[in-house]
Amino acid sequence: MKDKKETNPDFGIACPIPIQQYPHIMAAHGGGGKLMHQLIQKMFVSTFKNPQLEMEHDGATFPVSNGKLAFSTDSYVISPLFFPGGDIGSLAVHGTVNDLAMCGARPLYLSAGFILEEGFPMETLWRIVQSMGNAAQKAKVNIVTGDTKVVEKGKGDGVFINTAGVGIIEHNRHIAPSEIRREDEIILSGDIGRHGIAIMAVREGLEFESTIESDNAPVADLVMQLLDADIEIHCMRDLTRGGLSSALIEIAEKAGRHIHIEERSIPVTSEVQGACEILGFDPLYVANEGRFIAFVSQENSKKALQIMRAHPLGKDASIIGNVTAEQKPLVTMTGKIGARRIIDMLSGEQLPRIC
Amino acid sequence: MKYLEEYRDPKLAQQIANSIKGITTRPWTIMEICGGQTHAIIKYGIDELLPDKITLVHGPGCPVCVTPIEKIDIALQIAEKPDVIFCSFGDMLRVPGSEKDLFTVKANGADVRIVYSPLDTLKIAKNNPNKDVIFFGVGFETTAPTTAMAVYQARQLGLKNFSLLVSHVLVPPAMEALLSSPNNKVQGLLAAGHVCTVMGYTEYVPISEKYNVPIIVTGFEPLDILQGVYSCIKQLEEGRAEVENQYARVVRKEGNVPAQDLIRKVFRVIHQKWRGIGEISTSGLGLSEDYSEFDAEKKFAMEHYTAEEPSECLSGLVLQGAIKPHECPAFGTKCTPEKPLGAPMVSAEGACAAYHRYRKVEQEA
Repeated sequence: MKDKKETNPDFGIACPIPIQQYPHIMAAHGGGGKLMHQLIQKMFVSTFKNPQLEMEHDGATFPVSNGKLAFSTDSYVISPLFFPGGDIGSLAVHGTVNDLAMCGARPLYLSAGFILEEGFPMETLWRIVQSMGNAAQKAKVNIVTGDTKVVEKGKGDGVFINTAGVGIIEHNRHIAPSEIRREDEIILSGDIGRHGIAIMAVREGLEFESTIESDNAPVADLVMQLLDADIEIHCMRDLTRGGLSSALIEIAEKAGRHIHIEERSIPVTSEVQGACEILGFDPLYVANEGRFIAFVSQENSKKALQIMRAHPLGKDASIIGNVTAEQKPLVTMTGKIGARRIIDMLSGEQLPRIC
Repeated sequence: MKYLEEYRDPKLAQQIANSIKGITTRPWTIMEICGGQTHAIIKYGIDELLPDKITLVHGPGCPVCVTPIEKIDIALQIAEKPDVIFCSFGDMLRVPGSEKDLFTVKANGADVRIVYSPLDTLKIAKNNPNKDVIFFGVGFETTAPTTAMAVYQARQLGLKNFSLLVSHVLVPPAMEALLSSPNNKVQGLLAAGHVCTVMGYTEYVPISEKYNVPIIVTGFEPLDILQGVYSCIKQLEEGRAEVENQYARVVRKEGNVPAQDLIRKVFRVIHQKWRGIGEISTSGLGLSEDYSEFDAEKKFAMEHYTAEEPSECLSGLVLQGAIKPHECPAFGTKCTPEKPLGAPMVSAEGACAAYHRYRKVEQEA
């Protein structure tokens, strides 16, 4: 049978797996035989292309300089797989890259583990892998080792991806919640809530006047610029599922310090604000995938803000609050009409209200 | 953001707060009916802008909170049946029944789905002809028309596999029950703007006259609530008791007449039990005789089920404004959002949830 290569409209590159023969993932694609070998070679090695991966060894080896390494992992189980502003592939790369960046590390190498459900369309996997390849290239990391497993139909949700990453720490700063100090200023890198609302809109079929795109992005380059400029950063945290509020509360609790923020200084687009008003959500608790907060010494905060605003991923950066003199693990906020309230962690996810 | 930021302007809020201070000479107790208003008051700290002489007490207007425990238990039992898709507003899923909540039965494998509109349930029913699809219709007059529309359309579409578990409640009988109680402290009411969007406000006139209380139809943004308080205090100070419409940008005197017609067509007024409060006569909506074929309680033979509410939960007193949430001995200890005794601790409109979320630590201090 002659292979027919179909051109993918998103990437303009044909999926190299013979689509007519194997339009869907089969159990044998995880079985250790010919089909699995073909999948790894044609799908993963050809896309992620780098010397370590091409060694086809059980793991990747690489040299390290003196200093410290950072190591992080995360699993991605998102539905829908594709959403405005990204997909599970780019998310899986950015998520781990961002976690490494939050440790003050320059991300270098990633692993990628795929759990595929039998029957998953090959073409869809190809799009996801291409997106991962592009995201890795943009974030300047190599995917150097990986794994593929296939689970029976009905025992997975299409595709689950795990990435782990290694980064190198090239400075002497200790970046951690315990390092935050009185009068540190808190800089938020951009507007909040777009990822959560974008996903919600697709998942629930909600339509707004304009499409809300996820903020899904790798922030390592921006973080490296801050570190290279010798900004005195005491702590960083990327804002993920629990939103801005959870990140602040986690740090306040770990450090045993009081954090105060101003609602007016937190950027939220009117589209996200509108969607939140309709659903009864608070943007402070909505998920993000390309935003972080940095605790910076007061002396350095203006300079840090300038650097962030000069970067495309930090153009809406804003100083949203500071660490106060009080030694209690608490986050408070001055609201829009001037009254103060506490910011508490939610017990579960936010649920749409009745009326 | 247009039509929102204007109503959250700190300078204007302070101006109205100052005006309220200027006209207040005596202590007054005002109740906001709606749980949405309670949350806005606590979230924005509106009560902190008011003079000490004014006490805001929180009313029963949290539809999730007043849904009787029997209905939650019935919902759980129906949801657990095979070949059933149970649809509900998201807010109901954490509400505790006698033993568990809808999240628990969902985790145990029941097909429980969150919908944004009752009409979404009809699509689900159409797409799953071999399953029984139930919508849990909860709420005040605000949500009653959309529930009614779902039932009405189900008949038009000939959907035999759709039914409704209904627990709709009405504001005016609850107002009367509160005001006629011998322990009543409430001197003025802020009525729920969105209920009045549907019902208008002529039905409040006899209540205002009978109990000699000002009733101000009020919106949900900080400036709305402050204006509502201002109008209420002004009437109290001047010795007047009238119905006034602060929320005129949304509410008309006669309300939404076609919506009211639809409610009357599909529902009939019944005596209704309110969680924590007890039965209030003519305070609920049940399916009318003509639409009784869509009654899930009949379909699943659940009409005679009864259950006891946990005695440690003082939500009834909270819902009647008799105590503030943090004055309940179980608040924050035996009763938390993770392990609630009553619904006000988990609902987005529940007063206990508002205090726990925005004020917990400061109450402790």
